[in-house]
Amino acid sequence: MRDGKGAVKRRAGVRLWLSAGWLAALVLVAVFAPWIAPKDPLAQDLFLGRLPPFWETGAEPGYLLGTDSLGRDVLSRIIFGARIALGVALVAGTITCVIGAALGLMAGFLRGWVDLVISRFIDIWMAFPPVLFSILLIAVMGPGLTSIIVAIVVIDWTRFARVVRAEAMAQGAMDYVASARVAGRGRWGVMVREILPNVLPTVVVLLTLEMGIAVIVEAILSFVNLSISTDDPTWGGMISEGRAAVYQAWWVLVFPLVALFLTVLAFSQLGEGLKDRFDPVLR
Amino acid sequence: MSFLSVRNLSARVKGGPVLLRRVSLEVAAGEVRGLVGESGAGKSMIGKAVLGILPQSVVVTGGEIWLDGVDLLALPVAERRRRIGATAALIPQDPLTALNPSRRIGGQITDRLVDILGWERGRAERRALELLGEVQIAEPARVLRNYPHELSGGMRQRILIASAFAAEPKLIVADEPTTALDVTVQKQILKLIAGMQARHGTALLFVTHDLGVVSKVCQSLSVLYGGMVVEDATVRDFFAAPRHAYSAALLAATPKYTDPLASLTPVPDAVIAAVQAEVAAFEGNMFGGGNG
Repeated sequence: MRDGKGAVKRRAGVRLWLSAGWLAALVLVAVFAPWIAPKDPLAQDLFLGRLPPFWETGAEPGYLLGTDSLGRDVLSRIIFGARIALGVALVAGTITCVIGAALGLMAGFLRGWVDLVISRFIDIWMAFPPVLFSILLIAVMGPGLTSIIVAIVVIDWTRFARVVRAEAMAQGAMDYVASARVAGRGRWGVMVREILPNVLPTVVVLLTLEMGIAVIVEAILSFVNLSISTDDPTWGGMISEGRAAVYQAWWVLVFPLVALFLTVLAFSQLGEGLKDRFDPVLR
Repeated sequence: MSFLSVRNLSARVKGGPVLLRRVSLEVAAGEVRGLVGESGAGKSMIGKAVLGILPQSVVVTGGEIWLDGVDLLALPVAERRRRIGATAALIPQDPLTALNPSRRIGGQITDRLVDILGWERGRAERRALELLGEVQIAEPARVLRNYPHELSGGMRQRILIASAFAAEPKLIVADEPTTALDVTVQKQILKLIAGMQARHGTALLFVTHDLGVVSKVCQSLSVLYGGMVVEDATVRDFFAAPRHAYSAALLAATPKYTDPLASLTPVPDAVIAAVQAEVAAFEGNMFGGGNG
């Protein structure tokens, strides 16, 4: 048993480091994009359109991953696209998490009419089809990063609220809560000091998953042209453009897709890895 | 006057069954009173009512709980909470869920000292060390930095006992403190609780279903059936000659350690039927007789 447990632990460690490593690299790249990117991501040069990546014949030095139909450098666009993807992931993920977790915690621990109101609200909210809802929202608010973030928050807070509510309910039934109340702690005190630390591992996992989802949602909305202007480098926008010319220039589609895939995967694996590492009960 | 005095306490599940039927009991300062009954008799509910930790679905429908000369039920919630926190404590049933898994032991013991009694952290920590020594935990300084999952069930129960005595409460409610432990540990824990109780002179409300434990630890006891007190006696009188037929049957049903091969005697059906009839009649009384 010991060996088996050890092996699982080691795998979790590798997973954690790989995913954290990729995300850390991505954050660095995003922050220092203007210095790292070899070209201007917006500079078009129609004479250099659809250049292949460096290992294929006909590649031009300086354009490592080739260019798109308008002659823009794919690598530079992916690098600048990381800024938008990570920015949306961070901001939207965090806001969603805070709102959803707070409501879920209150519903699950305070119970009574608070739970009744919040739970019904969640049920009704979840009855809206999410994709339609977000498209509608952006149609009303106009395209742009802010509307994407708002759309993600508005749609996904229920995910946190439901899970955290269930978890808080389970924790609230434990004897340590009774002990804390006998020791004179009020309901809010118990909720923040006793329950919150115990739902935190779950919240962290959900948060990382949510960041992955935010990256995807941003890509989807860019894909259907509801994000920011098509000129700006977003991964979804690149995939959309690449799709049109996939038979002539596959690299325009594939490279941003790989970046998107790895990032979303890294987010979800980071969550799992963190849970294994920091959950005191699993540890 | 008694330190804890529960008078005609009634409680029920909101829109559901009645849990307590005009329960009255007294615990004098420094006295140990057993609260005995089968599952669902309401014995834990009394303890919870006294400590103000009844589940949200349960409402008190009548009666008074006097703790140290104050009727708790007449106080505003915050004041009640403070008063209970300063004078009473709980030794919970299941040591595995009674410590917060994500916090270190030290903070869980010192919380009450710092928050309610307003001690400085350093003084509270010295007190925690001293208490862990008193409940015979080796290396108390290390244990204070441990998380609950790093300790055994018996250790955790010792910590909970230390924590209950931390603020020198006048009353401790022990809610089946040995049920979740195995037999060898049970004995040590019982001895420990009895010893601590005697040394600190704390009144103890000892909730249990084990009459053997009552005979060893308590001075008096209340026997409950269906949320009603059927007998209230001193331990000496009770074990010599229980007055109520149900208590007598319960006593006869206790397995004897001296004769482990003897077959178990269940409580006879006739006795159960009789006590149920009594409860029903009492309930009739309760609703017929107004608020008396």
